[in-house]
Amino acid sequence: MHPFEYVRAKSVDEAVAALAKHGERARPFAGGTDALVMARAGRWELDALVDIKHIPETNILELGSSEFRHGAAVPCYKVYESPEISAAFPGLVDSASIIGGIQIQSRAGLGGNLCNASPSGDGICALIVHNTTCVIAGPNGKREVASEDFCTGPGRSVIGNGEMLVELKIPTPKKGFGAAYQRFTPRNEMDIAVAGVASSVQLDGNTIVSARVALAAVGPTPILSTAGDSLAGKEATADNISAAAQIASSEATPISDMRGTAEQRTHLVGVLARRTLERAVERARENN
Amino acid sequence: MVEKVRVRATLNGEPVDFLVAPYVSLLDTLRDELGLTGTKEGCNDGNCGACTVNLDGRIVDSCCVLGAEIDGSTVETIEGMAEPGQLHPLQQAFLEEAALQCGICTPGFLISAKALLEKDPHPSEHDIRFWLAGNLCRCTGYDKIVKAVQKVADSA
Repeated sequence: MHPFEYVRAKSVDEAVAALAKHGERARPFAGGTDALVMARAGRWELDALVDIKHIPETNILELGSSEFRHGAAVPCYKVYESPEISAAFPGLVDSASIIGGIQIQSRAGLGGNLCNASPSGDGICALIVHNTTCVIAGPNGKREVASEDFCTGPGRSVIGNGEMLVELKIPTPKKGFGAAYQRFTPRNEMDIAVAGVASSVQLDGNTIVSARVALAAVGPTPILSTAGDSLAGKEATADNISAAAQIASSEATPISDMRGTAEQRTHLVGVLARRTLERAVERARENN
Repeated sequence: MVEKVRVRATLNGEPVDFLVAPYVSLLDTLRDELGLTGTKEGCNDGNCGACTVNLDGRIVDSCCVLGAEIDGSTVETIEGMAEPGQLHPLQQAFLEEAALQCGICTPGFLISAKALLEKDPHPSEHDIRFWLAGNLCRCTGYDKIVKAVQKVADSA
């Protein structure tokens, strides 16, 4: 492994300055469960890892009436161990509680899961269906990017040299909102999704005002499917949900690899889209 | 040339003050710098849990933590699990239930199980299996490990 410096940044400005100084040879570092593995495997050749866990903004975890602010360095367990947050965001708990095992969840978080930009990242689709906005800081100040536009390829994102994710801004669910994430894995825990789907719905009575469906591990990035749009204005019926699930399945562009074949993944996306839409509708009805 | 950094932490209840290269994992720091070889290296990429230690009250894979990161923190390893010459109830139960064969995964399982019982003294079998999913064992088939943890939970 190439020897690198460890920079414990105390502010966003300090972190950005350290990242900018080293360009592509520096990376932000939070949970370390991807960064240290990449560095050790020689996939990243680094001169510095910039620890962003000691910055107030990256640790923010604040549930407001209109917005939930989730800092980039917040580990998974803080989402599901908070009674308030887990009650408001069961769809995020679905993801945060299956990213690795307990050891990983002590350190890894939804922010790092997003930045790692794996097509199979369990947290990314859940963030997308919650209409998450990503706040990024860099040498030229802050900018915001929609979570569905964040990943640009396997392991690649809109984060440029000198930039870092600061926080995720997630709309606080209104009455009638529900979301869910499910994946298919041979093992229940500590596994990587063969395919995964997150869905969300906003209900008014039994009418779907809006919906989002996002697909994991079936393309070079997580995919925001048009299946959600197809449900807008329709009743939350089994037939309508099945039709939307078919659309999700048709929009999957999987490859065959050691985890599964393209055919299996296409099928799984349909099943998971139906199940997560049904679960999201159930949760939306409970949240009324 | 990357310079070593100074780290001051609490390790198994004792203050430690040492220098470590900033790119060295906590696992290698414990084993090579501090001479605590009870924590084992398995996969070295955050999958197997053999290197599990307790960092500020949470279990972590020490291969995915930098030694430099623990400055100001509290770390507990298998060496601090029981008083010298004694066994922790979990260690005793692992022996009685034959919950180990080669032993490489054992320190990690013990550290994880201790954290579980501190959080929840009476976990169900499902809770135990779920909590220990981040610890892999290639010898026992897990049943004996789960039984050993249940034995301690039942007697608490």
